[in-house]
Amino acid sequence: MSERRFEIVENPINIEQVINKVVHPNAGAINTFIGTVREMTNDKRTVYLKYEAYVPMALKQLQIIEEEIHRRWPDARVAITHRIGELKISDTAVVIAVSTPHRASSFEACRYAIERIKEIVPIWKKEHWDNGESWVGDQKEQAAYIKGHPEKEYAE
Amino acid sequence: MIKILLFAGLKERVGKSVLTWDKTPITVAMLKEELQKVPGLDHFSSILVAVNEAYARDDVVINDGDTVALIPPVSGG
Repeated sequence: MSERRFEIVENPINIEQVINKVVHPNAGAINTFIGTVREMTNDKRTVYLKYEAYVPMALKQLQIIEEEIHRRWPDARVAITHRIGELKISDTAVVIAVSTPHRASSFEACRYAIERIKEIVPIWKKEHWDNGESWVGDQKEQAAYIKGHPEKEYAE
Repeated sequence: MIKILLFAGLKERVGKSVLTWDKTPITVAMLKEELQKVPGLDHFSSILVAVNEAYARDDVVINDGDTVALIPPVSGG
């Protein structure tokens, strides 16, 4: 059975399913990152979020992140699922699982994956505040692309 | 003809999710210059261009049948 290790889904993410994709006899560590919807950003209260994606390109970009991870941590196994559509406070937006033979690289590679998602994967978040709405990225909160072209790898 | 896909805030500002462009071939840089005339696309500095689902630099040539996407700053995760 071939399972897709990179997915963009509209329904709630099954965290254990994502983790199971990186289980391997040579793994001594599985690191997970779970991104959830936060209510307060400074003094603004989020009521709900809406994520939109350019799905086919987002999936390709997730594979590029995997390739980048393999260049740094050749034994790493990576699975990423990102949810899109409308999400409530505390809903899970993204799950990343990375397995490696030893724990240190699983932490590093997992951190690398989430930072790169925020740089190169075409997914956008619209915040619906209690007093308005805005696309994140139009806000000053995110200094997107300040380092130039996103294909430059993170932390070279 | 090329299809130009719009997303997120760009889609809302322009009021459409797809634009089309007939005169090909055209470079990414030239297409950007032309698209800045479209109401809602007037500040292009933070927008990246993807051609056939991959980020493309300014000197990439876009041909008939290609799919272009305008990528505003991303905010996934």
